[in-house]
Amino acid sequence: MFKRCVQFLLIAFTASAFAQATAVKAPDVLVKDVTEEVLTTLRTDPAIKAGDANKTAELVETRVLPHFNFTRMTALALGKEWRATTPEQKKQLTDEFRTLLVRTYSNALTSYKSQTIDYKPFKMGAADTDVTVRTQINQPNGRPIPLDYALEKQDNGWKVYDVMVAGVSLVTNYRETFAAEIRAGGVDGLVKALRAKNSSTAPTPAPSAAAAK
Amino acid sequence: MNSVRSRKARQMTKTNKQSNMNLRAVLAATAAATVLAGCATSGNPKDPIEGYNRAMFSFNETVDKAVIKPVAQGYNYVTPQPVQTGVSNFFGNLADIWTSVNNLLQGKPGDALSDAGRVLINSTVGILGLFDVATPMGLEKHEEDFGQTLGRWGVGDGAYVVLPILGPRTVRDTVGLAADIYTDPVRDADAHRGYRNTAIALRAIDTRADLLKAEDALEAAALDKYAYVRDAYLQHRRSAIYDGNPPRQADDAALPSLPADSLTSNEPVESTWNLLLVGQSDMLDVKALETPEPAEAAAPAAE
Repeated sequence: MFKRCVQFLLIAFTASAFAQATAVKAPDVLVKDVTEEVLTTLRTDPAIKAGDANKTAELVETRVLPHFNFTRMTALALGKEWRATTPEQKKQLTDEFRTLLVRTYSNALTSYKSQTIDYKPFKMGAADTDVTVRTQINQPNGRPIPLDYALEKQDNGWKVYDVMVAGVSLVTNYRETFAAEIRAGGVDGLVKALRAKNSSTAPTPAPSAAAAK
Repeated sequence: MNSVRSRKARQMTKTNKQSNMNLRAVLAATAAATVLAGCATSGNPKDPIEGYNRAMFSFNETVDKAVIKPVAQGYNYVTPQPVQTGVSNFFGNLADIWTSVNNLLQGKPGDALSDAGRVLINSTVGILGLFDVATPMGLEKHEEDFGQTLGRWGVGDGAYVVLPILGPRTVRDTVGLAADIYTDPVRDADAHRGYRNTAIALRAIDTRADLLKAEDALEAAALDKYAYVRDAYLQHRRSAIYDGNPPRQADDAALPSLPADSLTSNEPVESTWNLLLVGQSDMLDVKALETPEPAEAAAPAAE
């Protein structure tokens, strides 16, 4: 079983590497490939299995992040407040929000690594530039959790700009909190609050490896 | 001797009464303060009684930390996985009855029939619901409750309310919850009362145990846990009313280019106290409800 999985992944990986060189990967294929690759690493990497949070964050950083559009995500989370920010603030906000999402995502991944994922049937038109790919996390105990990705097409491939867990957008769910922070302390106040949150949840030894990037 | 004792007793009742009155005064003052604080702090139209809600939220957190969570963790520890799954399935099977009724009330006879079929199959082939054999047979499990039915009928959310122990609800969902409890087959069990209460407790613990994992992710994610839970609850309910395919809110699609006025008009807000009763019924896109075609709606503009 395991051997066959590895074989399959190897074939899929080579095929996908080849495909990438020639054409842009379809959004549903992209989601599936990245998910499977990350889950396989989570289940097999000894350091991660031993609970190394840095290693998990690194995995997310190198394998998952390149497929996310964080500027768009941050803009979505800020809603109308985004327009009133300076370019410098936009950059700071995006960096901090990105770190926060990476932490959240890594954390969720390590909790759910033993679960299986179903990929819902997907269809799109050739001209579509904005699609939703639907998946489902099956837990051995408890209900399956719908996990959907919203992607948009860009010059360098499809990029995820929102993740919805059981109908809850991980991005827009911050809108009210962010608006409240901005009302209280301005945009800089929000940046500060995000920094404080990120440093409080930093994996122990190297705090801002993700933020510095 | 006797009279002394009775006098003492009288004194004691007196002091008791006094302290009772004091307690009542304190409670009233706290309540008033909470309400005032609620008025003062709430900037969110969906959460007009934020002050009270925050207080209740932290009360619930305390109770959870002290009692419910440890019990759930213990349950998780001692109960083998297959048994836990059996427990979840058993109560899930009973819940399917009410889900079926709600699907019928929501005008989805197909789903209602499928849910009734689930109950029939799982209660028999699945041995009293301990095994969920209907799902692999293609009868998907649905989650419906009366709050969703009301939402489907066009009743707005109303204000967000944190109930004691039961946690986040809206005014509409609180009404729905009352109906859910009233029709609860477990509560209705005419067996010995002790069994009934045990069953209710077991169901609660099993539900809580399922949530243990989600909790860490929540801690990692939330800047303000109260607001995070509130907004997630509201989003989740909105999605549930539309069976997982809510129409995208107007501002989302317009964001990348950020044209000047695309963001100002979303979700018009009335004065807060009306929301307690009626809420924003315009949050519901009636058109989207009239064409319940989940799979197609999933990929908008696919054709």
